[in-house]
Amino acid sequence: MHESRSQAVPVDPAAERAAIEAAIEQCRDLRGATLPMLHAIQDRLGYVPAAAVDAIAAACNLSRADVHGVLTFYHDFRTAPPGRHVLKVCRAEACQAMGCERLERHLADRCGIAMRGTTADGALTVEPVYCLGNCALSPSVLLDGRLHGRVTPERLDALLAAAEARA
Amino acid sequence: MSTTVFVPRDSAALAVGADEVAAAIAAAAATGGHHVRVVRNGSRGMLWLEPLVEVATAQGRIAYGPVSVADVPGLFAAGFLRGADHELRQGPTESIPYFARQTRLTFARVGVTDPLCLESYQAHGGLGGLRRALDLEPAAIVEQVVQSGLRGRGGAGFPAGIKWRTVLGAAASPKYIACNADEGDSGTFSDRMVLEGDPYLLLEGMAIAGLAVGATEGWIYLRSEYPDARTVLTAAIQRARAAGWIGPDVLGSGRSFEVHVRIGAGSYVCGEETAMLESLEGRRGMVRPKPPLPALQGLWGGPTVVNNVMTLAAVPWILQHGGEAYAAHGSGRSRGTLPFQLAGNVRHGGLVEVPFGITLRELLHEFGGGTASGRPIRAVQVGGPLGAYLPASRFDLPLDYEAFAAGGGMIGHGGIVVFDDTVDMARMARYAMEFCAIESCGKCTPCRIGSTRGVEVIDRIVAGRERAANERLLRDLCATMADASLCAMGGLTSMPVLSALEHFPEDFVRNGQACTPTR
Ligand SMILES: Cc1cc2nc3c(=O)[nH]c(=O)nc-3n(C[C@H](O)[C@H](O)[C@H](O)COP(=O)(O)O)c2cc1C
Ligand code: SF4
Ligand code: FES
Repeated sequence: MHESRSQAVPVDPAAERAAIEAAIEQCRDLRGATLPMLHAIQDRLGYVPAAAVDAIAAACNLSRADVHGVLTFYHDFRTAPPGRHVLKVCRAEACQAMGCERLERHLADRCGIAMRGTTADGALTVEPVYCLGNCALSPSVLLDGRLHGRVTPERLDALLAAAEARA
Repeated sequence: MSTTVFVPRDSAALAVGADEVAAAIAAAAATGGHHVRVVRNGSRGMLWLEPLVEVATAQGRIAYGPVSVADVPGLFAAGFLRGADHELRQGPTESIPYFARQTRLTFARVGVTDPLCLESYQAHGGLGGLRRALDLEPAAIVEQVVQSGLRGRGGAGFPAGIKWRTVLGAAASPKYIACNADEGDSGTFSDRMVLEGDPYLLLEGMAIAGLAVGATEGWIYLRSEYPDARTVLTAAIQRARAAGWIGPDVLGSGRSFEVHVRIGAGSYVCGEETAMLESLEGRRGMVRPKPPLPALQGLWGGPTVVNNVMTLAAVPWILQHGGEAYAAHGSGRSRGTLPFQLAGNVRHGGLVEVPFGITLRELLHEFGGGTASGRPIRAVQVGGPLGAYLPASRFDLPLDYEAFAAGGGMIGHGGIVVFDDTVDMARMARYAMEFCAIESCGKCTPCRIGSTRGVEVIDRIVAGRERAANERLLRDLCATMADASLCAMGGLTSMPVLSALEHFPEDFVRNGQACTPTR
């Protein structure tokens, strides 16, 4: 789990409550529902708000500590809203062999953000990922859930511009 | 008459623009008045040629690649719908040497068919293994797998048939088939290519495993980093169930086999089988001590077959053609084929399914064509982030589990990551420690704390501070981690670290003296 360092993205408590309820309803009958519920909440909101821990604990008859333990174990979960676009940059060996640090440096230079940071305008959150299964066409990134390979700094700029244009 | 054009939907192809190329081909065909049927197939595995477009002609399928949207008008003008010449023409797909030299048992259909088409699956030999299994007693199915010599493809290489026999013999019920689709190793994508390119193959393998051990439920643990695989797999399960291939009445046999999918959440250690079971049950991915073996007390406490995607995907072929036919391939105690994956700084990256026994040199040069950068290969890491870094002097080792291990390597899941001579091996050793610190489940102190200390010690060595003392400390730390860790995460992190130090000591020197190799 990771806390976003930026306050750029506002939260909406009513939307949070609705998403939590819907996610719990969707997963209620699953065996071992904690992890699926956390996913279902993050799929809806982009993050897992603090209120989710109590709600899941109550729904699954677990302690808050149990649910908090699951939430904090997994790297995927965020506890604060991400930017409008989420870029996951692969840092694993095959992408390193093809110079993925260049992408990290470029993002720091261009957008002024490090890994797990969100730009001040709330446009972009950057996160590390350890292999996207595209290691023959490295370096790889996942932008808003879409995979891209052989990414150069120039191509990354184009992808980010296109994403902003769509949003 | 309409022409069939294949444009892969494998995510590696999508990552370099396959959707856009498919759309451009459809649009150009409509404009030009050509009748074209675009089929979205899996990938042939020649990933440097993606998007690899194929045209079905009277002479067979002709490949063009790598195709970009800008190439599409030119391809039409050249007459690619007839298989005509063009600078991107690679010839008949199956005559491309990279492909022709492979022995595709598991990957026989991948890239050939539309992954979700039930008819093509059957037309290309699918369900043969499951039908055969339905005619056999459970023990006879297990016997075929034992005879095949199939070993676990997830990393540890444990004989699959022996594991199945244990689960078959367990008295408790219900029993489960748990498929490990966590594929966390950098440099690997064979699981993904089957999940996206031939998902019914995995479902068939799981159903056969269910029949063999008496399990009526299969659970697939799929990593969250594979969104495209999730889409295809979910659709495949729905269609296979609607067709009666899985579900309450498998192929009309009266036997039931249901398949469930759970999605991981970005944890490497959840690929370790007991951590995976914890995560499947919705909890933190903490490694469980063994015993009890998952084969006796696994998912929800029931006897469980935990197998990797590649292990289960090899099973339909084995049932269809017989265990002996599978065992006829391979070398030593490593029977059958392994889909190797060439990754990183390699010119011709992709999937190479060949019998065990091939050497790294053949894979790297004859298939891989050297580095992508054109510089010399300096190091390769085989078997994922816990695998050793090997220098060129080890490239003649045959890739069979025992022979390769004797040479200091680990085949693991068959991923081979190539680095050119610009690599800084001290940095790679440091990264191995850092990765262990990030991914440790936290149960064992040497793994949880030792990895962070390891990063610091490597930093001191590289900075030239008390070099000899710190090098001793690093070796001690690695020994402690190797001895006192519950699982291979902490246990094998010493492999990349010490192999880097061993083979590339000069990289650990910035100022001062080189480290001394142990041997
Ligand atoms: C840290 C760690 C990560 C692992 N990751 C995977 C993985 O991603 N996929 C996999 O199939 N096996 C993985 N394994 C191996 C599994 O523990 C287990 O051996 C395997 O799933 C058994 O299936 P098999 O016999 O078919 O290989 C991992 C092991 C360790 C220690
Ligand atoms: S070695 Fe590391 S990952 Fe494995 S059980 Fe111990 S702490 Fe967990
Ligand atoms: S290492 Fe980056 S995609 Fe596999």
